[in-house]
Amino acid sequence: MNNSMVIGQYVPGDSVVHHLDPRTKISVIFFFVIIVFFANSMLSYGLLTVFSLGAVFMTKIPFSYIAKGLKPIWFIIIFTFLLHVFMTKEGEVVFELFSYPIYSGALVQGVSISLRFFLLILVTSLLTLTTTPIAITDAVEDMLHVLKKVRFPVHELALMMSISLRFIPTLMQEAEKISKAQASRGVDFRTGPLKERIQAIVPLLVPLFVSAFKRAEELAMAMEARGYQGGEGRTKLRELKLEKKDYVTLCVFAFVLIGVFITRN
Amino acid sequence: MEISFDNVSYIYQPGTPFEHRALHQLTFTIPSQSFVAVIGHTGSGKSTLIQHLNGLLTPTSGVARIGPYVLQAGEKNKDLKSLREQVGVVFQYPEHQLFEETIKKDIAFGPANFEVRQEEIERRIYAAIDAVGIQSDMLERSPFDLSGGQMRRVAIAGVLAMEPRVLVLDEPTAGLDPKGQQEIMDMFYNLHQEKQLTTVLVTHSMEDALAYADYIIVMDQGELYKEGTPLEIFLQPQALNKVGLEVPEIISLSSTLEKEYGITIDYKKQTLEELAEMVAHQLKGRATHE
Repeated sequence: MNNSMVIGQYVPGDSVVHHLDPRTKISVIFFFVIIVFFANSMLSYGLLTVFSLGAVFMTKIPFSYIAKGLKPIWFIIIFTFLLHVFMTKEGEVVFELFSYPIYSGALVQGVSISLRFFLLILVTSLLTLTTTPIAITDAVEDMLHVLKKVRFPVHELALMMSISLRFIPTLMQEAEKISKAQASRGVDFRTGPLKERIQAIVPLLVPLFVSAFKRAEELAMAMEARGYQGGEGRTKLRELKLEKKDYVTLCVFAFVLIGVFITRN
Repeated sequence: MEISFDNVSYIYQPGTPFEHRALHQLTFTIPSQSFVAVIGHTGSGKSTLIQHLNGLLTPTSGVARIGPYVLQAGEKNKDLKSLREQVGVVFQYPEHQLFEETIKKDIAFGPANFEVRQEEIERRIYAAIDAVGIQSDMLERSPFDLSGGQMRRVAIAGVLAMEPRVLVLDEPTAGLDPKGQQEIMDMFYNLHQEKQLTTVLVTHSMEDALAYADYIIVMDQGELYKEGTPLEIFLQPQALNKVGLEVPEIISLSSTLEKEYGITIDYKKQTLEELAEMVAHQLKGRATHE
């Protein structure tokens, strides 16, 4: 498996965050994403930062591991920061960098935009780090249940989602296996001219598609053999239930929400 | 080619919560032209081991030597391509790697990657299909129209066409019917002798290990548990049971015979019939004495 793929990767654990109802996590993150854009004062940013870092701490996943996974994001964050620092011309000139004036407003803008970006990525990746794909799908199905009234196929959508999520690791494993087999037959995926490297993908993709289709057919057959016929009247193995810790989390988050609105300028 | 491992360890995804130690300080030597079986329970590190043999993996620490090629932690080997030409690997379910439009093109894929001349490729294709028992009139058909067993043969032919000096086999007969298993294993054994290959066979079949290997490496949890000739290994049933392995039927039968009836039979790759005859012979001999 790819080492740098932290975003979207579930890390098993036994923390409070892991055990929260996925619906709680999804709603908190949904509203967090919105209020991040409302923050505009030092205090409101501080409040959001404390909340996010506190959440990271409570997952018991080593911060170094998460930071390493955010590596591809760092580039964008730093790029955004530099862009703002050099392009904004508000406030007083603080100092000159190679005779290029840097304004105080630019620094504030740069820091706050990159911080905003960082918090967004950090908190949203917490969802997938602490929640199994199946739990996320269950929560989405439950939360979209209202749409059933307008004949929206919620169950089918959720099933499609969970099947695709379920097969991502399987396909990745398969891809790795096939690429190793083809590498043993002399295919070079890593070096050489771009044209040759693109051609090298064919011996990987064809077997991958063949096995994916075969798998899909087998799965459909196995589901039918076990009497699957759509969502009507189907009961759930894992019932989602809000517990005390969910209410506590929601309350804490509500305070953060109110706090941000009080402290913003 | 001689293969030697010196203190080889391999760790998957080091420094993450998914860190997993697959090989631990492995040291062994496989002499050139020998037939070695690697046995061990699922997850004992067999597959990780064989991926070191053609440089798909590089040791996390330690040194692996395959003939003149050296694989060492932190060092990029520039001759990987020529190493892979010398070491042919037949992976588990090799039919999953077929992709070309015709059987012929698929078999030619390996040698073509190693820039073998066209006439030579042509010769190798016929030699390879002859070895695995595929008729030459099938060459222009799509590999996806074949039965599972035939697909396996075509995929194996694709590896053989590279004409490697070392053949690495990862459970090459898994999922085949008994007759097919026998045919494929005999084919590998003949090639091994005919072309004086060095062969490494990963297998769950103790019978195959006994019948074909002249040396056995037993793995357990990433470590070398035991090594020796098949007879040395299989005459230690307790030690094998401890790591979840069984002794071949024929060995356990002959050791029971020895224990219960005092009949001693040297195992020299006899078939079941020959063994039965030897037992009958000894019993008769005893009857005339009394």
